[in-house]
Amino acid sequence: MEYAERLSNVTVLGAAGKMGSGILLLTALEAADQMLKPGNREKHFVVNAVDVTSSALPELMKYIRTQVLKAAEKKTVLLRKLYADRKELIENSDIIDAYIDDVMGIIRPGTRIEAAYDSTLIFEAVSENAELKAKLFRQIDENNAHKPWFFTNTSSVPIGGLDKEAGLEGRILGFHFYNPPAVQKLVELITIASNSGEMKEFALQLAKNMRKVIVPSNDIAGFIGNGHFMRDALYGINQATALAKEMPLHEAIYAVNRISQDFLIRPMGIFQLIDYVGVDVVRFIMKVMNPYMANEDLHSPLLDRLFDLGVKGGQYADGSQKDGFLKYEKGRPVSVYNPDKGEYIPIVTFGSRVEAWLGELPGSAPAWKNLVKAPDKETLAAKVFDNYKTMGTHGALLALQYARRSREIGMKLVSDGVAATAEDVNTVLLTGFFHAYGPINDFVV
Amino acid sequence: MIAGYNTISMGTGRKEFNPKKERPGLEHYLKEAGQGTLQQIGGAGNVDEGVVGNFMAARFNKQAHLGAFLGMIDPQLRLKPSTRVEGACASGGLALVTGIKSVLSGSAEVVLALGVEVQNTVKAIYGADILAGAGWFQRRKEGHAYFFPGQFSDRAGVYFEKYGREKTRKAFARWYRNAVENARLCPTAQEYENKTADLEALALTEPNPKSFTDHLNVFDCSKVSDGASAIAIVTEEGLKRCGVAPNDAVEIAGIGHAADDLTALPADPARLDTVAHAVKIALESAGITAGDLATVETHDCFTIAGILGVEAIGFAPQGKGADFVLEGHTARDGKIPFNTTGGLIGWGHPTGATGVHQAVTIWEQLTGKAGAAQISIPAEKPYGLSINMGGDDRTVVAIVYKKSA
Repeated sequence: MEYAERLSNVTVLGAAGKMGSGILLLTALEAADQMLKPGNREKHFVVNAVDVTSSALPELMKYIRTQVLKAAEKKTVLLRKLYADRKELIENSDIIDAYIDDVMGIIRPGTRIEAAYDSTLIFEAVSENAELKAKLFRQIDENNAHKPWFFTNTSSVPIGGLDKEAGLEGRILGFHFYNPPAVQKLVELITIASNSGEMKEFALQLAKNMRKVIVPSNDIAGFIGNGHFMRDALYGINQATALAKEMPLHEAIYAVNRISQDFLIRPMGIFQLIDYVGVDVVRFIMKVMNPYMANEDLHSPLLDRLFDLGVKGGQYADGSQKDGFLKYEKGRPVSVYNPDKGEYIPIVTFGSRVEAWLGELPGSAPAWKNLVKAPDKETLAAKVFDNYKTMGTHGALLALQYARRSREIGMKLVSDGVAATAEDVNTVLLTGFFHAYGPINDFVV
Repeated sequence: MIAGYNTISMGTGRKEFNPKKERPGLEHYLKEAGQGTLQQIGGAGNVDEGVVGNFMAARFNKQAHLGAFLGMIDPQLRLKPSTRVEGACASGGLALVTGIKSVLSGSAEVVLALGVEVQNTVKAIYGADILAGAGWFQRRKEGHAYFFPGQFSDRAGVYFEKYGREKTRKAFARWYRNAVENARLCPTAQEYENKTADLEALALTEPNPKSFTDHLNVFDCSKVSDGASAIAIVTEEGLKRCGVAPNDAVEIAGIGHAADDLTALPADPARLDTVAHAVKIALESAGITAGDLATVETHDCFTIAGILGVEAIGFAPQGKGADFVLEGHTARDGKIPFNTTGGLIGWGHPTGATGVHQAVTIWEQLTGKAGAAQISIPAEKPYGLSINMGGDDRTVVAIVYKKSA
């Protein structure tokens, strides 16, 4: 089956979710681009947007329409060429409208899994529940005569297990987007030995057409992205818990968040990142990964406590941040949660005390947004870490320890065979997590 | 001509500009520019007629009938004759020509000439559709998404082919640098606050045909602007009525006004024939040659149009305009300073207002009112020239101004 034919009937499962909606958008745009190719005009393309939450579908379609409009406005130069034979489409606005109609015409929103029975490709972005995923795959496969391919967006569940559970005989691979899929450049590609060459080739071509950076990962729970993130998060949580012997827990959380953001020059502190992903999601991913990890306990009692107290983070439907470890106003942290007291403590009441304890940032430390744009990022970062080695402040010391642990986690992903090379680990952190320098480097040791 | 006034050229580059916030409309700019001129001529009571140049308010702002805004500028203008004129980006120039003809015909002693455009109401990709109305609509389908950048990119492509790409791209970059450096001297200019250190290096960014045109990049293009300009066209009698001193006025020494067939293609894309024709008539009617000019405001909607303008006036033979610019002759300290407040690329291009803005700039230079942007006007060269072009070299208004003796 050739590339365009494979895309002629696609189903996205969990299409109204945060990941699913992005995957739906990218898939529909790619299907439309195939449809608009001169040789494909007679072919019929369908992308089923399946989600159990019927009430979320109208919003989903609005979101897709807005995003397709933006995409069309960006590529009108190309679209004028693709629609050159449509005499009635003269102005840019005519062409943009026609393109939106064409893309929207491909998408079939609905709640029924039966839509996938005619598909040749299924993108799965339902919740991180291995049993649910396997059950859906099995049901679809048993009712689908096309021997469809299953691309799962799981960030943590091993693909081999899903393949076996659902009886797919190698017709499944991991195609893991980062949040939000429409923006983030990274896709982790997790193949298993029984995948056909044709399927792998198709996955690479699709990622390329979607303008994604592919990093291959071995089929070990958590893969590279969560393999690093979960351990990094656990380290941050434990560092805060240890610090809580010297200061109240909320101050320790604030201190470690600052270390992992400003001292490490990352886009977000670790607690803000946990909130962004969701306290409940991080806890859940650890739970999914933990059974596969020998000699290691990926589990945090502090996450359990927050979860039980109903503090979950994540995002509202409009994309704004819900409160988690931190409380946010206009996207900026203003208070920190203290689980002992069950309340948020305003940063203004203790922030300067913690900062004095940490000590000043070295003058050489740029803000992340400046470092990430600098042409000589590595050199600049190295200079900052050289300063940490001689400063002797709490902040410098904790930052060094943090960066060394991050490096160790990265190197273990390579030695465990999750990642093929140190470079792959660094690419995931640089493109999927927007770090300004890779964790595996020479300057933090 | 007396009492020129330019509003700010509003759009990207100005720190007040925020595309997500509501912004002033046509009314604001017309009022500010109109009142700015009226204040200098003893009030609206001295005005006999009004003329408003505007290109596409009907689409940018869903507003036609701009002539009847005159009474909004000042109640004393209500019930006075007022006309809106349109000739694409030469609409401002047509407002001047119309005013001049009224004065010459004896029907008015004082004409308030305005030009206005508010373009930032739509994204650039839709603005391109609107501005494409300056071309022949039957040819829109085959045109580029960014229609006019596409037209002038094609001209640039032919020029590259004939006379060399490298030197021409360098000349484009120099043109851009001159434009921004001049704009930095003029507080109303859109690029007034431009802080880029190496302008020529930036302007040498390779064009990207996938997202824009084959031969031009965004630095080769004029700005998308909101703004208005106003100036009063008066007889000697009118000058007295307004109480303006003769040395605060410039004399209109010559006019060249030409419109070519909108449906015809240029004979040689590396030439602006209509510009050359209109300039020739303007200079002849003023009884001077290009050598008598102290400054020129030319219609540099694109860098290539700037260079072709240099050639059309006759400062350089065909193919040598790029060298003329690279040798520094068009800079503010060169042989013949061009676009001394930045032109369409540096000052801005509120399309229907541009012709009037050019006249105001020359009036400022010849009367010593150009502030930090002031150049010296040699006694033996008391003339300035403006060239306002509509569409792809289709309607052109060239005016020669003379410093009052």
